[in-house]
Amino acid sequence: MKKLLIAGALLTTSLIAPSYAANYTIDNKGAHASINFKASHLGFSILTGRFNKLSGTFSYDEANIAASKITVNIDTSSIDSNHAERDKHIRSDDFLDAGKFSTAKFTSTKVEDKGNGKLSITGDFTLHGITKSLVIDAVKIGEGKDPWGGYRVGFSGTAKVTMGDFGFKKNFGTIDLDLYIEGIRN
Amino acid sequence: MWKNTELNYGRIAKILHWFTALTVFSLFALGFWMVDLTYYSQWYKTAPHWHKSIGILLFLATLFRLVWRYYNLDPKAVANHSKWEKTASKITHVTIYVLLLTLMISGYLISTADERAIEVFSWFEVPALGELFDSQADISGVIHLYLAYTLIAISLLHAVAAIKHHFIDKDDTLKRMI
Repeated sequence: MKKLLIAGALLTTSLIAPSYAANYTIDNKGAHASINFKASHLGFSILTGRFNKLSGTFSYDEANIAASKITVNIDTSSIDSNHAERDKHIRSDDFLDAGKFSTAKFTSTKVEDKGNGKLSITGDFTLHGITKSLVIDAVKIGEGKDPWGGYRVGFSGTAKVTMGDFGFKKNFGTIDLDLYIEGIRN
Repeated sequence: MWKNTELNYGRIAKILHWFTALTVFSLFALGFWMVDLTYYSQWYKTAPHWHKSIGILLFLATLFRLVWRYYNLDPKAVANHSKWEKTASKITHVTIYVLLLTLMISGYLISTADERAIEVFSWFEVPALGELFDSQADISGVIHLYLAYTLIAISLLHAVAAIKHHFIDKDDTLKRMI
């Protein structure tokens, strides 16, 4: 009877206790995270570029995906499209106005489990001083121990940003974002 | 007379002087206009290409001008110039040379931060040194802009002074550069 009580108590505790979502820091030191963009060049082809400096944290638990959270800060001046003159123009007040709006930020508000490792991450995206809702379609790529004593999980994601939503002086329509985020468990 | 004399500037010095004056004001106007071109303008690529090409050629001409100046007589100041006028003109001339060179170097640094060479028309390329310091393109851009304004302001001062000598003092200051 006593054993049963203890077992019952343990069981109850384990049911009530929240599952601990592990906290991760995005691996920007090892540069295992990237934010890439694609923009149409006059309809002829696609221009690609990236933001070289980003940082952030997320929490993730496979057993309770809805409790996951992510925050990413992007240094807008770190834009890199492999052309100094173009990057200077993109940083100017025609586009990012990086002197004034040095950080873009994404903070998740809702994470949905779409099954098969797929996630739908809704959040507030602040760019050029304007905050809009943004949905990132993400896929978990892998999770587990790395060879150096750490524990990692990584995702890829895509999102679409409509330039007109963010009050840029110049507007080239929709920008596609390709995201790769790898986190090391804290 | 191709070379300078004690009293007069030589033909080479005059050609270089007026060529530089014309080029500097043209480049200023071109630069001022081209930075606001829209992406869809047919000049969007051509205008900066010409600006950079002409700028590099002016840089070469300026280097030659300094060498020429070094190996030539410096014409003596016109007799009726006062002491402060001599000092002021000396300072202005040196400042103009310094501004010209720094302006051209800052322009070079904007375009070469990504290791892309500058193509001078389709004649030759000036190789890039790459990114020598952080935010090179942006910082050099701001410096280039303000140096350009300063050079234009000082050139105008220089011109006003020459006109003053010609019409008010009625001396040979302007004449010997023509």
